[in-house]
Amino acid sequence: MENFEPTIIAFVCNWCTYTAADLAGTSRLSYPKNVRLIRVMCSGMVDPQYVIKAFLEGADGVLVSGCHPGDCHYINGNYKARRRIKLLKEILPHFGFERERLRLTWIGASDGVVFSETMRDLTAQVKVLGPSQAKLTMVI
Amino acid sequence: MAITAKIDVGDQGLLVSLESFFRSILQLEDISAILVPQRLPTKNIIMPMLVTDPSYLNNTDPIAPCFPMNTAKLVSRLTRKPICGKIVAVLRPCEIRAFVELVKLNQGRADEVVLIGMDCLGAYGNRDYFQFAGDDVNKSTTRFLESTLSKNGSQVDGFELAQACKACERPIPYGADVLIGLLGIDYRDHVMVQSRSPSGEDIIGRLELDAMKEPPARKGAIEALVAGRIAFRDKMFAETAEDTDSLEKLAILFANCVNCYNCRIACPVCYCRECVFVTDVFDHYPSQYLEWSRRKGAIKMPTDTLFYHITRLAHMSTACVGCGQCSNACPNDIPVMELFRTISERTQKAFDYEAGRSIHEHPPLSEFREEEFADVEGIN
Repeated sequence: MENFEPTIIAFVCNWCTYTAADLAGTSRLSYPKNVRLIRVMCSGMVDPQYVIKAFLEGADGVLVSGCHPGDCHYINGNYKARRRIKLLKEILPHFGFERERLRLTWIGASDGVVFSETMRDLTAQVKVLGPSQAKLTMVI
Repeated sequence: MAITAKIDVGDQGLLVSLESFFRSILQLEDISAILVPQRLPTKNIIMPMLVTDPSYLNNTDPIAPCFPMNTAKLVSRLTRKPICGKIVAVLRPCEIRAFVELVKLNQGRADEVVLIGMDCLGAYGNRDYFQFAGDDVNKSTTRFLESTLSKNGSQVDGFELAQACKACERPIPYGADVLIGLLGIDYRDHVMVQSRSPSGEDIIGRLELDAMKEPPARKGAIEALVAGRIAFRDKMFAETAEDTDSLEKLAILFANCVNCYNCRIACPVCYCRECVFVTDVFDHYPSQYLEWSRRKGAIKMPTDTLFYHITRLAHMSTACVGCGQCSNACPNDIPVMELFRTISERTQKAFDYEAGRSIHEHPPLSEFREEEFADVEGIN
């Protein structure tokens, strides 16, 4: 597992975290290629089933990232996202997915540096966890 | 003031006296119908019947260990639009809890329905019940009542209650408007009826029943029953957790799932008109299956089984009332209820919520606080 390269699916909101990723890019900051961004209009539209699907398809980590509390473009979508993550963190560990594989962060539109740092830290953490069980077993 | 009164039983037997009690309610001028479990005239089976004519109120049987469906769904159908007149529904405690959840999800209205709940003695699975009842439903009900209440055992003639009922720690219908009590009461002589809301009080008050005091033995009887149920439940939780603590084990649990979705159809709180799993999203291109198979070498067909069950857990476990109809509906005897109850115990605790407890608490995923769950934020 020395050369294990995790796959991390990140659901990022259009208004903050995606914009931060954009800023990181225009600022020439790099982040690990392990992270695959999926742009959504709001973290509040990430249905738990998106996260479940990502894990069952073999993602080693899933990140949901939105605007800071109080900054949501749609007023309160990120608060709803937080409840859904709470819910998933009760369900998924029961089936052997470590709690740390699912993450929720708030990264503001101007936080390009924070974005690239967070992606680096996250990738390092998931590397330590090793490959997810869904990769190893025959499940669809 | 809550009214506690008694329904005399005497020689006619419990079923007949309950029937006349329901008839007297239906004869009240503002009650337009009663939904009550009744033996069908055409076949020896008990189903919920919507009765408007008191003379059709016969073969009423709310005690039989027969639980063909969670009636909360039907009450939600009857109340989703104004009906201009009150109806009465005789429900099991888990059906009342499911209806409370449906009302909160805007799938029904509570203001034109009076809920009557009875101490629940539990029920058998569908297939067991048919065998148990045989040709004489009434006799089998009496047999069930006698042995369950006097011997306080769950086994009658070798038949066992459904797992969900054995693990049910809420057999008393506290959410009802009118509660009919059997436990700790000399049911051969009388049963207790108690109002638990203003609308219940209004109805009981007009029936001119003899008042009684709640017998002291009742509390002990309830506690003993619940303690046994909780012990069974906790053992079930521990075993299920052990059996499903990895994806591989979960796949074994659902190995014979054929994606019929009966569990979802039977579930009282799965209320979506169109479940995402029957939409075009899951009409995969044929090449998609081959792609999946190539990636892993082989895949189990039909696909999306675990995806379906885990997603359903995420979507409805906070509203799960533990009625066990999912297991009852499963054609392949998968212990669906065991898993769903185990997980919903956790998810409901996480939000300090209990499905069906109160009509005033919002479902956890329909609200939020600004300051909460800091433990799930950040990556450290």
